[in-house]
Amino acid sequence: MTEQLHQITVTVNGVARRADAPARRLLADFLRMDLGLTGTHLGCEHGVCGACTVLMDGVPVRACLIFAVSADGHAITTVEGCCDSGGELGPVQQAFQECHGLQCGFCTPGFITTITAYLEENPKPTEEEAREAIGGNLCRCTGYQNIVAAVLRAAEILRERDADQAGAGGAA
Amino acid sequence: MSDKLVGQPLVRKEDPRLLRGDGRYLDDLGRGALAAAFVRSPVAHARIADIDVTDALDVEGLVAVYTHEDLPGRVAEPLPLLIPHPDLSHPRTPYCLAKDEVNHVGEAVVMVVATDRYLAEDAAERIVVTYEDLPPVVGIDQARAAQRLVHDEVPGNIAARSVQTNGKGDARGAIAAAPHRLSLDLQIERSASMPMEGKGVLAHWDADDRTLRVHTSTQTSTSVRLAVAAKLELPPDRVEVITPDVGGGFGVKIVHPWPEEILVPWAAMTLGRDVKWVEDRREHFISSAHERGQQQHVEAGFDGSGRLLGLSVEIWHDNGAYVPYGIIVPIVTSTQLLGPYKVGAYRVEFTSLYTNTVIVTPYRGAGRPQGVFAMERTMDAIAEYLGLDRLAVREANLIQPEEMPYDQGLVFQDGRPLIYDSGDYPTMLRMIRELVGWDGFEAERAAAAAEGRRIGIGIGAYVEGTGMGPYEGAHVKVETTGEIVVSTGLTTQGQGHYTSLAQIAADVLGVGVGDVTVITGDTRRFKYAVGTFASRAIVTSGNAVAVAAGKVAEKAKRIAAAALGGGTAPEDLELVDGTVRRRDDPAASIDLRTVAVLSNPLRYAFDEAAKAATQFAAAVGTGDEPGLEATGYYMPERSTFAAGAHGVVVETDPETADIRILRYCVVHDCGVVVNPRIVEGQVHGGVAQGVGGALYERIVYDDAGQLVNASYMDFLIPFATEVPHIQTAHMVTASGVNPLGLKGAGEAGVIPTSAAVASAIEDAEGLAVRRMPISPSELYELRKLHETRKSRKEQVSA
Repeated sequence: MTEQLHQITVTVNGVARRADAPARRLLADFLRMDLGLTGTHLGCEHGVCGACTVLMDGVPVRACLIFAVSADGHAITTVEGCCDSGGELGPVQQAFQECHGLQCGFCTPGFITTITAYLEENPKPTEEEAREAIGGNLCRCTGYQNIVAAVLRAAEILRERDADQAGAGGAA
Repeated sequence: MSDKLVGQPLVRKEDPRLLRGDGRYLDDLGRGALAAAFVRSPVAHARIADIDVTDALDVEGLVAVYTHEDLPGRVAEPLPLLIPHPDLSHPRTPYCLAKDEVNHVGEAVVMVVATDRYLAEDAAERIVVTYEDLPPVVGIDQARAAQRLVHDEVPGNIAARSVQTNGKGDARGAIAAAPHRLSLDLQIERSASMPMEGKGVLAHWDADDRTLRVHTSTQTSTSVRLAVAAKLELPPDRVEVITPDVGGGFGVKIVHPWPEEILVPWAAMTLGRDVKWVEDRREHFISSAHERGQQQHVEAGFDGSGRLLGLSVEIWHDNGAYVPYGIIVPIVTSTQLLGPYKVGAYRVEFTSLYTNTVIVTPYRGAGRPQGVFAMERTMDAIAEYLGLDRLAVREANLIQPEEMPYDQGLVFQDGRPLIYDSGDYPTMLRMIRELVGWDGFEAERAAAAAEGRRIGIGIGAYVEGTGMGPYEGAHVKVETTGEIVVSTGLTTQGQGHYTSLAQIAADVLGVGVGDVTVITGDTRRFKYAVGTFASRAIVTSGNAVAVAAGKVAEKAKRIAAAALGGGTAPEDLELVDGTVRRRDDPAASIDLRTVAVLSNPLRYAFDEAAKAATQFAAAVGTGDEPGLEATGYYMPERSTFAAGAHGVVVETDPETADIRILRYCVVHDCGVVVNPRIVEGQVHGGVAQGVGGALYERIVYDDAGQLVNASYMDFLIPFATEVPHIQTAHMVTASGVNPLGLKGAGEAGVIPTSAAVASAIEDAEGLAVRRMPISPSELYELRKLHETRKSRKEQVSA
């Protein structure tokens, strides 16, 4: 018995990607196996740990709980897409390095995507809000304290960048 | 010198790669490899009557199905007993695939190989195994009762029984003769390492070269290499084992070879194709290792100031169905139990018991959390009995700094004497007293009580043997580009070795940390190593890197002295800012990279650097070897002992019995700190696992031996919302046993957490906590029990 394949087209990190996959292929496996984007990690495959979190049309989703066919036609952002153009660390990634917000790094991609979306929604979180914002992702290494710090630092970096841009705009 | 890199909180070199999603974890490798999946036992104890694979054969993409009958030679034999011990009288280890009998839910019975994992699981699902059930032994009570046996030929389910005394007289006699006595029965439940990445193996057999390349998510690539070579009967030089990025270990990945580490390479050789297996979360729960589960009985004899005159401890340790890793965990519990205290006569006896459950091997802390729980519960019980302050009782028992090195009179897990090399425990307790606000707490308690709130304060202290041998090594090479490559055999799974080891090498060679690249866990680069476990990596590998880099520095000076001429002697030179220069005349200098060029006299000028080497061929002395590189080893005489104390304030809800941590404080001493940022992170992570172990995490088996909470839904790892903010303070008592003065830091945070939290809950509630973890419903039950007992007592006295 051969599995029927479906053509799936998604925009991943701003680039249109197309591949054929069976209906039961999870979005996480599709990204990793079919598109070769291995930054998205699988920690539990039952939607609890959050390591596989990606953004679908800007909203965090668990890529282990969604079939790839369900993502057809949607825009997906993975951790690879949270870098600045040119491959430099993006604001959330930079904050993680500064605050030592990662150790083994396995859960980190899910935190990066989650926080990226959260800061769009709440650009100036309190410490308590920052802790709440990451409350759906598991990390076994860090004890979260430095991840909370990274959320606050990322917000600060984003504000600094906005101010720089506004300053540059004003000068022009 | 203030510009030393050791001691600086540098950001980690490895982070940008991991943050961009460019990490290379096991499952990121081997795209296109065949996938393995396993049929695992759904029952705890049974004979295998039949295995029928017929239905699986229809699955398109199926490549092979293997049962025990298919395994050849040594692959068919039981897995090795890694750490034999004279007291381990009845060792039993598993087969790669079960032979005739299964002894726990999750034991591998059939291996399926297919073109992808989905199809391999399809086929595995269609295989029908018929089991004839045997009565299972679940839990320590059943194992002790021994009415049923896990292994027919192991009487009493006893794998090992071991007794140690500290050579200071008869403990039971000392207790009997003491002015005061008490006894405690204690219990710690099962937990597990639970790294976010499970295990995984990828194997590639090069039939032309007759070389096997194995990638595995392990804490010891060098030992996996030797184990695979032995099992597959290959010369070790034909086996390469590479540890890619590892998504956490915490102990479970030190066990080796796992059945899959033998079966996957064997299948790759047999099939002539790349084969990969990646563990899923349920597999990790039911077929990797657990830890912690113990029962303890403590007898203590003490004087009026709380000084322990005699201490006798009996431990019943649940080792699961097999003991491939030996009896390290109960040995560590027995010997590290004494912590920072000196006791009169000490006797400890442990019995290590088989049950029909997953194997039990070290999980971060490795038996210490249980030992510290026993000792600290005892300290609190003594204080309660005598009506003394809990810190005062601890202070009365502390080993004093002037007593260092202090011989506890026991044999440690490495077979060497348990001698504390250095430490200042009175200062440590003073620091935690201040940090947690011990002295002002009664006012705080009263203020909370006035609001109808119930709070309590607790403390836990420990000493941790770290940095044990037998050895680690490193190879340091200066490339002609100026890049320094440091290779060490041990692995890394998040501890930041790419940065901290670079700091050590950079200091010795007078370069920046950005000039140093560290390679770990790749047997192609360094074949000799023990592994990353037991808080040993920075101590052993760090010192080895310093030795190797020191040899390179000496060689660089010899070559540079010859090149600079004018009577320059090697001892006139120093390595600074990427150059080798005269101390008395910094202008007389030569770039380290040029020295590297000179170190390798060449006949052929294939590029500019090579051209330079042909001209300066004379620079390497005739007695020297080519290349600016060296190998160095560090072999510790014995372990070095880190220490710490935790203080915690909890609030317990009078209605719901909810337990909330309000304040968590840590005083931590790991000797000289290489990178404070990394050490702080290690402490945070340890405490979070400790909080999990104190309040949330438990592995639950039902009477049939089914693991009923084998998912992240039901096994409650703390999220950010459950882990408190952690306040840390550091002190430094340099190690007396290694040149860099380092002590290990990896496990520290987890060790006294259950003890400290239990102490605080007791204090808040005014009732005895003897079992951890504790949930709100258990606290609620404890309260009811306490009330019943109290009212009974009142009735009797009335």
